[in-house]
Amino acid sequence: MNLLGKLNWSAIPFDQPIIMGASGGVVLAIVAILSWVTLKGYVPYLWREWITSVDHKRIGIMYIILALIMLLRGFADAIMMRAQQAVAAGGAQGYLPPEHFDQIFSAHGTIMIFFMAMPFVIGMMNFVVPLQLGVRDMAFPTLNSVALGLTASGILLVNISLAVGEFAKTGWVAYPPLSELQYSPGVGVDYYLWSLQISGVGTFMTGINFVATILKTRAPGMSYMRMPVFCWTSLAANLLIIAAFPVLTATLAMLLLDRYLGFHFFTTDAGGNAMMYVNLFWVWGHPEVYILVLPAFGIFSEVVSTFSGKPLFGYRSMVAATMSICVLSFFVWLHHFFTMGAGADVNGFFGVMTMIIAVPTGVKVFNWLFTMYGGRIRFTVPILWSIGFMVTFVIGGMTGVLMAVPPADFQLHNSLFLIAHFHNVIIGGTVFGLMAGYNYWFPKAFGFKLDERWGRASFWCWLIGFYLAFMPLYVLGLMGMTRRMQHYDVASWQPWLVAAAIGAVVILAGIVCQVIQLVVSIRDREQLKVTADPWNGRTLEWATASPPPAWNFAVLPQVTDLDALWNKKQRERTQQAQPLKERKFEPIEVPKNSATGFVTAFFAVVTGFALIWHIWWMAGAGALGIFLTMLAFAFRSEEEIEVPAEQIARFEQAHQAEIAV
Amino acid sequence: MNVAVAVDDNNVRYEARPSASEAGAATKRIVVGYGFWIFLLSDIIMFAVFFAAYAVLSHATAGGPSGMQLFSQRSVAIETGCLLASSYSCGLMSLAIGSRRRGATYLAALITFLLGASFLVLELREFAGMIAIGAGPQRSAFLSGFFTLVGCHGLHVTAGLVWLAVMMAQVAVKGLRPTIKRRLLCFSLFWHALDIVWVWLFAVVYLMGVLS
Repeated sequence: MNLLGKLNWSAIPFDQPIIMGASGGVVLAIVAILSWVTLKGYVPYLWREWITSVDHKRIGIMYIILALIMLLRGFADAIMMRAQQAVAAGGAQGYLPPEHFDQIFSAHGTIMIFFMAMPFVIGMMNFVVPLQLGVRDMAFPTLNSVALGLTASGILLVNISLAVGEFAKTGWVAYPPLSELQYSPGVGVDYYLWSLQISGVGTFMTGINFVATILKTRAPGMSYMRMPVFCWTSLAANLLIIAAFPVLTATLAMLLLDRYLGFHFFTTDAGGNAMMYVNLFWVWGHPEVYILVLPAFGIFSEVVSTFSGKPLFGYRSMVAATMSICVLSFFVWLHHFFTMGAGADVNGFFGVMTMIIAVPTGVKVFNWLFTMYGGRIRFTVPILWSIGFMVTFVIGGMTGVLMAVPPADFQLHNSLFLIAHFHNVIIGGTVFGLMAGYNYWFPKAFGFKLDERWGRASFWCWLIGFYLAFMPLYVLGLMGMTRRMQHYDVASWQPWLVAAAIGAVVILAGIVCQVIQLVVSIRDREQLKVTADPWNGRTLEWATASPPPAWNFAVLPQVTDLDALWNKKQRERTQQAQPLKERKFEPIEVPKNSATGFVTAFFAVVTGFALIWHIWWMAGAGALGIFLTMLAFAFRSEEEIEVPAEQIARFEQAHQAEIAV
Repeated sequence: MNVAVAVDDNNVRYEARPSASEAGAATKRIVVGYGFWIFLLSDIIMFAVFFAAYAVLSHATAGGPSGMQLFSQRSVAIETGCLLASSYSCGLMSLAIGSRRRGATYLAALITFLLGASFLVLELREFAGMIAIGAGPQRSAFLSGFFTLVGCHGLHVTAGLVWLAVMMAQVAVKGLRPTIKRRLLCFSLFWHALDIVWVWLFAVVYLMGVLS
């Protein structure tokens, strides 16, 4: 009996200079940051104010920090693939051996979907939704912190796979039978499965939390048809999470049972059915696409209406479109594998459904255009991203409708045309939306704006880089190039791949501009300082100080219409300035900080790592640790602390004085 | 939670009665119960996936035994009886909590626990018997689906029993304060939901398995 399961020194690939260099660099960076934080004495502050915080704003910011770091990691994978394919033509093998290239494309997809886009979207919703609803926190604040912890655990496991062992070589979808033990005996698929299971539980908790928050804890007067559109799209996304993520959990659990206990769900023998995995995976997978893009649609709605100085055109149709996408997204999964051979009737149904789901999306695009029409548009960075999105996303949507035609899909399935299509919608939709939101809400989160010039530079680099990197892939797909090729013999593909690689470099320039933008803005934060409402906003998050206090609103807003803040500002303008009433503040109860999230995450990493390496005693210890943490939480004595009225009054006075200046 | 609420009443014309959707945040009891309902719905979706997998694989016996040869209706009938009776005692527990009778709460919880535990013992005996005659989950895709679906329900029952024990310790230590009552409410929702899943399991796995 081996105390360390399958783990030994051969797990660390000392003979691979690229991997050792990368993981050595990561380890050095982590050590450097940790020792800097410790030496400067920031640990108690970080522990008290961030790690144990259950404040939705702090949790949202931490989600986004994680996402930005993983964007760098996922992008590093992307540019390595582009470089490999730019050189590996004819007899050349490039610089990445096949087993490494396979891990890179699997890690790129997994990281970008689960550990970049998801935390970024969830972070945005965490920060913004309670503020827009005019409430003081999420329905379940500690659950929120645990969800963040579990997401971080999944991220940590994926990154450990870089140095210890290997990652999956199966692509980010991990289709069996390739991902079964018989064909993938290493730990790569186990890293994939456990990191997704752990972070999936976190995402699922987030879904419950948001649905309960949005449906049950809105500010007084905020009926459903007075909710900002971002809240509506977040509601739709979280309804999709609670309906779709259990499917992923169950599907991956079945694959785990196959791999660990010799079950036969998806194996090639004893009656297993691999296509069942593919079906179930996409029953989750297609709603997931909308989990990522609907919140981005919400961000564009807020940005477009704010910077056009107009109410959103067709608010009701926007809500209807959002909710119909929410429902329809469960009826299109089969278009990911028309080539399964389900027959003309089944393929026909899913093809038609796919074309139908494009209709509400089209409604949204027209709504944004009509919102801008006749408006006095301020061309700030967020609206640039929004306009870039409208052009790019429409192209991506139309190539999607092309592939919804089953006979066309038989030609394009698994080709680079598909790759170009989904990057076109995910980057052009989700990433552009997140960048718009990042620039739009940054002043609310930190009290100063992001630098405009570097923001513009980054937008143009991303936009141009995107077209350079992905338009050639459409051409290559039509020329017959399939995805995931480590090398190829067709010489005529190479110029297009070189162009795509140059595009990736231009996107890299965009990312560099964003890093510079952040650094420059922090340096110049005094000049860029803003008060509550820097953009002349319309919704309630702009009604409180920037950054908002822990209790968000000293007195809960009373909502009387859509665009609550905008209408309040209009009313105040038409009325004579009234003498400020002496405000009476009441003490506010805020949830108490809790280490539960952090400790749970710690034990989740221990358990996950132990299960990956078959270290059974350690897995048991980790699971026991999680159970004891929950027990300690259940038996804690105090749940909330009271913020005294004087403290709130002091903060409000300071804030009013700031606005008056 | 927003317990202490002060409302910004500048410029507001109060109408006679705001509709439910304009009434502001719901009470904590409603929010917690609602959140738990959502959890249960998702949990049922997870079961639905295992049901679907079982349905797809139910004839993939790979030359091994089928449900008709394996299932013992007597044992399953007793299991069902235990579980349904435990739901009844769980309901009695909710009534006892409502009228703040601690002794009755403990008694009803004990009966619920014992019935749930008997259900589990019977189920494990059924599993052990099948594995002993070479009809374990590794034998065929049908048996993989069966053990996963029924075993997942069994794991839920196990988790429920642990939860119930912890809750009784909490009642003993902390008394029937609002937090504890909310958790007990969630527990009883969970326990009844497991019953609903079992009814489906009984119909889809055992009845249909014996019929076909």
